[in-house]
Amino acid sequence: MADHAGTEAVLPQGAEGAGEGVRRRDFINIAAVSAAGVGGVVTLLPLISQMAPSADVLAESSTEIDISAIQPGQAIKAIFRKQPVFIRNLTPAEIEDANKVDVGSLRDPESLKDRTKEGKENWLITMGVCTHLGCVPLGAGEGEVKGEFGGYFCPCHGSSYDTAARIRKGPAPKNLMVPEYAFTSDTIVKIG
Amino acid sequence: MSFPWANEYKPGNPLTQWLDEKLPLPRFVYNAVGAGYPVPRNLNYAWNFGVLAGFCLMLQIVTGVVLAMHYAANAGVAFDSVEHIMRDVNWGWMLRYAHANGASAFFVVVYIHIFRGFFYGSYKAPREMIWLLGVVIFLLMMATAFMGYVLPWGQMSFWGAKVITGLFGAIPLVGEPIQVWLLGGFAPDNAALNRFFSLHFLLPFVIAAVVVLHIWALHIPGSSNPTGVEVKNESDTVPFHPYYTAKDGFGLGVFLLGYCTMLFFFPNALGHPDNYIPANAMSTPAHIVPEWYFWPFYAILRAFTADFLIIPAKLMGVLAMFSAILVWFFLPWLDRSPVRSGHFRPVFKKFYFALVVDVLVLGYCGGAPAEEPYVMISQIASIYYFAHFLIILPIVSAIEQPEALPFSITEAVLGKDESATLAPAAAH
Repeated sequence: MADHAGTEAVLPQGAEGAGEGVRRRDFINIAAVSAAGVGGVVTLLPLISQMAPSADVLAESSTEIDISAIQPGQAIKAIFRKQPVFIRNLTPAEIEDANKVDVGSLRDPESLKDRTKEGKENWLITMGVCTHLGCVPLGAGEGEVKGEFGGYFCPCHGSSYDTAARIRKGPAPKNLMVPEYAFTSDTIVKIG
Repeated sequence: MSFPWANEYKPGNPLTQWLDEKLPLPRFVYNAVGAGYPVPRNLNYAWNFGVLAGFCLMLQIVTGVVLAMHYAANAGVAFDSVEHIMRDVNWGWMLRYAHANGASAFFVVVYIHIFRGFFYGSYKAPREMIWLLGVVIFLLMMATAFMGYVLPWGQMSFWGAKVITGLFGAIPLVGEPIQVWLLGGFAPDNAALNRFFSLHFLLPFVIAAVVVLHIWALHIPGSSNPTGVEVKNESDTVPFHPYYTAKDGFGLGVFLLGYCTMLFFFPNALGHPDNYIPANAMSTPAHIVPEWYFWPFYAILRAFTADFLIIPAKLMGVLAMFSAILVWFFLPWLDRSPVRSGHFRPVFKKFYFALVVDVLVLGYCGGAPAEEPYVMISQIASIYYFAHFLIILPIVSAIEQPEALPFSITEAVLGKDESATLAPAAAH
């Protein structure tokens, strides 16, 4: 085998002045294996992409919620993208508590103002998904513990959130996420 | 490879002679687990657990395949289909309990197998590859068991899936897209359940393939033994069959007594009652606990409550949890002592038992709620766990004065070895 290849190689080298030891067959080998390799890698695309959220999952991406019945100090759990979202009507005392905190001292520095809409500072709308590992924190339902900072408490690994749903203690790295939302009227909020 | 004194396979009749020429499967079995495989004569019952692990794998595959004939991997009906198996399918209750308790039995057996390896230095040259493949098998087992626990789609299933896929969310920048990609949605749902079922069915066969490699790698140097002294000549070994087929058979009987006691009298003792509540994305169980066999690692995950330098606490916990197993890959190079067996290593032996206690403490904390004093205890126990592998083992193996080793396995067993007196003469 090797001998055959060697004798064949003499001609193109002499004729075209190719580099030392490079044969026309080497080029064909590299080209063929590269083309097959690229083709093989491209077939991974659909195999990987099929695992991403499908069209029907992505289609359920916004929710409208009536908030007229939520009294100050109350909260509800709604569903947004198959996950809980907390809508909380803060009391003046809770707003004051949140504003008292030195923002710079927080793990994820944000003021209550950053996390609510202009003129609607009493409406705290956050995902009910702990930023640690995704549990639903307690504190939105009637009679649930709110943790030592009066906001939410995650029972899984003990993260405590304050009245602006900012992380204050425990392993969670971030504040409860504020989803994209808008008030379509005084009583209707559209999330997503 | 085998020892030169291994019995040779001799096909006894025309049929096996014909077969031996075309496809020498009987010869292969004879040389692998038959009279043609010489094994150290002094193996104790700790060496039973490899065979028991193989048995558990087969048990899980057989019960799993028949359960899959009745299970429906759809978030709407998965929970009900499991109840259908429990109430309506003939013997379904037994098959499901056999599978669920089989998973626990598998982990019991494998943990003993691993700690056997820790004590007797089974990971040391020339058996590093066996050890590395074993760690791969353990990782695959963990993935398989986790995905299997999701399938009944109860509260623990759902929240377990959410927490574990949430681990990937800890990776900076790409974490969240990876988590969404793994789940096929923003939270565990139909897409996640279906892919977990698909992989839960596939992975046991991948494990079986790696087990073949594990045993193949084992058969090159042959089994280690409680003295850690390598086989020197024929008097050190006995044929696998009938000696160890009998011993393993006896061990299997004892194992089955324990397993069947769990299966028939305490089938739910190791499960969590919350998993009999259908999955509910709106309400997290009071405290999420994984199955008992993940508790030590879960404790390490939860031990990190404060940021470390620039690394957030969450990522640290995830890295530590995976490192707790990945460190095993480096074990053959962390423990440099030339003496394999812990019997002859007085200092190592003490630290070995300290590690056993440490892992039990971690396990206890991992099953307990995330509050004091468990968090602080898991922090101390996690530090000790890593210290054992990364600091204690290298130091101990450098400074320890091991006890005198027997000349050979035969001498260890009989008190004297004829070849011990002949050997120096033969060397000249």
